[in-house]
Amino acid sequence: MSTELEKLLTTAQTAVAVADHLTEIDEIRVKYLGKTGVFTAQLKQLGQLPKAERPAAGQLINQAKQALQKTIELRKQALEQAALAERLTAEKIDVSLPGRRSDAGGLHPVTRTMQRIESIFAGAGFTVAQGPEIEDDFHNFEALNIPAHHPARAMHDTFYFDEHLLLRTHTSPVQIRVMQHAKPPLKVIAPGRVYRCDSDLTHTPMFHQVEGFMVDDQVTFADLKGILNAFLQIFFERDDLKVRFRPSYFPFTEPSAEVDIQCVMCGGEGCRVCSHTGWLEVLGCGMIHPEVMRHVDIDSETYTGYAFGMGVERLAMLRYGVNDLRLFFENDLRFLRQFAA
Amino acid sequence: MRFSEAWLREWTNPSIQTNELADQLSMAGLEVDSVEPAAPPFNGVVVGEVLSREQHPDADKLSVCQVNIGADESVQIVCGAQNVAAGMRVPVATLGAHLSPEFKIRKTKLRGVQSMGMICSAAELGLAESSEGIMPLPDDAPIGVDFRAYLMLDDACIEVDLTPDRGDCLSVAGIAREVSVLNQSELSIPAINPMPAQTKTVCKVAVQAPSACPRYLCRVLEGVNPQAETPNWLLERLRRSGIRGISPVVDVTNYVMLELGQPMHGFDLAQIQGGIQVRMAQADEKLRLLDGNEVTLQADTLVIADHAKPLAMAGIMGGAASGVSEATTDILLEAAFFTPLAITGKARTYGLHTDSSHRFERGVDYALQHLAMERATALLLEIVGGQPGPIVEQTHETDLPQRQPIYLRRERITRVLGINIEDATVVDILTRLGMQVMEQPDGWAITAPSARFDMTIEVDLIEEIGRIYGYNKIPSGLSAAPVSMASKPETAFSLDRAKQMLVDRDYQEVITYSFISPDMANLITPKTQAVTLANPISADMSIMRASLWPGLLSTLQYNLARQQERVRIFESGLTFVKEDKLEQKPYLAAAICGTALAEQWGETGRKVDFYDLKGDLEAVLSQLDDPGACTFAATDCASLHPGQSARIWRQGAPIGWIGMLHPEIQNTLSLPTVLLFEIALSELGASELPSFKALSKFPSIRRDLALLVSEAISYQQVWDVARAAAPDIVRSIKLFDVYTGEHVEPGLKSLALNLTLQDSSQTLTDQAVEQATTTVLAALADQLAVKLRD
Repeated sequence: MSTELEKLLTTAQTAVAVADHLTEIDEIRVKYLGKTGVFTAQLKQLGQLPKAERPAAGQLINQAKQALQKTIELRKQALEQAALAERLTAEKIDVSLPGRRSDAGGLHPVTRTMQRIESIFAGAGFTVAQGPEIEDDFHNFEALNIPAHHPARAMHDTFYFDEHLLLRTHTSPVQIRVMQHAKPPLKVIAPGRVYRCDSDLTHTPMFHQVEGFMVDDQVTFADLKGILNAFLQIFFERDDLKVRFRPSYFPFTEPSAEVDIQCVMCGGEGCRVCSHTGWLEVLGCGMIHPEVMRHVDIDSETYTGYAFGMGVERLAMLRYGVNDLRLFFENDLRFLRQFAA
Repeated sequence: MRFSEAWLREWTNPSIQTNELADQLSMAGLEVDSVEPAAPPFNGVVVGEVLSREQHPDADKLSVCQVNIGADESVQIVCGAQNVAAGMRVPVATLGAHLSPEFKIRKTKLRGVQSMGMICSAAELGLAESSEGIMPLPDDAPIGVDFRAYLMLDDACIEVDLTPDRGDCLSVAGIAREVSVLNQSELSIPAINPMPAQTKTVCKVAVQAPSACPRYLCRVLEGVNPQAETPNWLLERLRRSGIRGISPVVDVTNYVMLELGQPMHGFDLAQIQGGIQVRMAQADEKLRLLDGNEVTLQADTLVIADHAKPLAMAGIMGGAASGVSEATTDILLEAAFFTPLAITGKARTYGLHTDSSHRFERGVDYALQHLAMERATALLLEIVGGQPGPIVEQTHETDLPQRQPIYLRRERITRVLGINIEDATVVDILTRLGMQVMEQPDGWAITAPSARFDMTIEVDLIEEIGRIYGYNKIPSGLSAAPVSMASKPETAFSLDRAKQMLVDRDYQEVITYSFISPDMANLITPKTQAVTLANPISADMSIMRASLWPGLLSTLQYNLARQQERVRIFESGLTFVKEDKLEQKPYLAAAICGTALAEQWGETGRKVDFYDLKGDLEAVLSQLDDPGACTFAATDCASLHPGQSARIWRQGAPIGWIGMLHPEIQNTLSLPTVLLFEIALSELGASELPSFKALSKFPSIRRDLALLVSEAISYQQVWDVARAAAPDIVRSIKLFDVYTGEHVEPGLKSLALNLTLQDSSQTLTDQAVEQATTTVLAALADQLAVKLRD
């Protein structure tokens, strides 16, 4: 390589080495390697050399160009790396700061419980039915075998609008409405609001029930025990929850039973919640009374059915350890938010 | 029904402990509410005799008594009671006695006088809530005997919560029958001997309403001692059954009612003119009752009357004037059977509920009246003396309840209960329950006893069999349930999903009462005719809500008063509107106030506005169709800000309202800015089932248009015109900016729309794009005077 060429290359490489910015490097590239650059000029002057020397001289120039090209490439990479490193450092953030977000709200614990009950029964093939809350005497009482002046009416502190219209005292009228229009086999649950004219520490004038019933040609009390026992185990996520069926009385079922579970608070040892009995009453149930079937034109000789009703607030209180019924309807956000997760 | 265990055990005495007995009763359907000791666990109290009483030398109100407690020497006790007297027998707490674990009797000096025990009042022993003076014991009370043993206080009071069908268990006899069935223990009915008449005095009876009173018995008892007192043993039994002693005649009738289940009544014979008439009341007849209240009788009320006036409300409550008083010497005792239907509901219409009406409503054994009359006579003779006359009876057999045989099929027992029970077991259970059992080819014919009013059809008997056999012995089964799959339409609006969507957007669900205050109803739904409860809990909860907003606004108030500034809530439920007919429609409603987002470092605390709520509602509605398919038309609503309220329409039908709470209402309720929506779930309709369309292989092109539009023209109008004019290749028209201010003339606004164009069969030409855009702009210019912004 000619000294001149070496010098030229050295100068260029030095310039590259001290360049701090990609733009400078680019300028150097243009200056030496561009169309009008120094090395290009050198190549153009090859013509002035004797023909025999031209290939060797040309090769030297190209070598120099490649050397410079390489130097530029390396320097460029180094600068890019440095720039990236600098950027990454500059862009460091505090990852512990909370995310920008819209929080999530929550369902009311009663809805949450009701949806859970619905989904458990849906799994057993029950469909959901709804009914009006302002009911007539026929559906709320008469068709359920509670004629006027029946002592059982005293157990329902009823809100009235007039002689015939009232706020339903239970979800059982939905049973009547469904059976009036659909024929067996039937597997239905009816969740909803019910009303009793009663307000104190342990009663609110409005609360929720889930009514359930099944009517078919082979339904027995043993089936009723089976479905409720299974439901209670699943609801409380247990497999050994003690359940007992206690004879009771409802005008619309015969035989009738109340269902107690082993107290989930104390495990049956006895505590304040279970009034030291070790048992908690959670459900009423029974075999649908033939008189009820007669009111909806279902032949009680051909068909039998069971029905049950449960208080949603009661189950929610037991499940979540709520100790005051009235909290459900005060709608204090500090209470409701506890059920958001 | 509350009763003494010891009393029960006189009737039947199974070898089980109290707790087992209580469990057994509960599991047989007689739910035990409580088991309480008959007396607190005191000890060291004996029967004593006051030998002498002298005034305390230094205290006016104290006396110094020498008391014989059956020991070698009498003890000196200082006593504060006024009624203590020499010769009295009294309960004495001796030295070392515990009246309670904390209260021990010690040797003490009272105003300088030694006292070696305590003479007790009933209250001090926990046998009464309050008492005046010490508890006098009968003269034959054995001195020195332990007081607990004397009154048999080691007893339990058992309270059973009886269901309305079990009127037969409203007596010790009834509970005993049940216990004897459950334990197969012997039932020993105490001997009740007929009391022969000692006089011929009778009171004539005319039953004019035999269907309401098929049987009426009465008996005169002359010359009783009005000063006589009820013995302690009887008072104790009443007390343990939750009934206070009143006077010997009342106490005895109460005792017989508790023992046998027959409510009885005692009249002062002197107050009866001419004889007894059992008849329906005459309208507006007046009667002052034993509780002191005067009632105006209704014509459907059965009364016991004499020839001049009503004496008592039959089976419910006696009259004040004809009742036995301290001056009564001649008594007329009544034991009747009133049919349940004649009594049911009547007491309640007068605001009454008595032990007697409670029993007659549920059914009293119609074969019991003679026995009860004899029992009461015997007890009264023992306590108040006197001469009984003959029993006068009026019975109308045809009006008495009939116990028809009920046919019970063997197969049906299995069909209902789901288990096979052996014939012998069935017969045994029914027989022990007092039923007559007759064999039939495929079952039995059963006749229920006169005490049972709850046996009318086959399944009633099956329940009895299941109950006595034991519900818990019936296995839990899950029959091959019919295969029925839920058939919920895929395109139906899902409320659960809508709720979840709101929850995900930081809304909290609430559940408020369906009844609201008249003030709130007038404020929010002034034009709606109120659906009003006849018997509300309070005036504040008397109107059925016609909208969910009142409940939400009250909930906002409640929470704002508790330092919650940002509240986002929703509720779903029925609303109640009465126009031509009563409508009960399900609604979903929400209310928000405060900042759009919870306070956080990364976002500014912007207050919520109309579009925040609208966006959330559009998200909820998006399960039906694309946002934009529902239209929001500016419409006035009484409770909303007139400039920020819209009626929501879908498929030509109104589905709800959205807007800002009217500032006047906001002021009245002291609320901040509130935004509300309410949609009628029943009006929403369904979505369309997705229907596949082939994807275009050709690129889409976007054109942005900046439009100058009069402020008076709504975006909806612009969109409607643009959409109507645009050819099919315009796949979507979207708004991406709204601007007023600098560079836009006052009275105008700039709307920036983007049009996405695409053809399914070819690449769009510039010409086609240009043509489509021009068509849209021309229609906008033509119909709405919209100009393209420079």
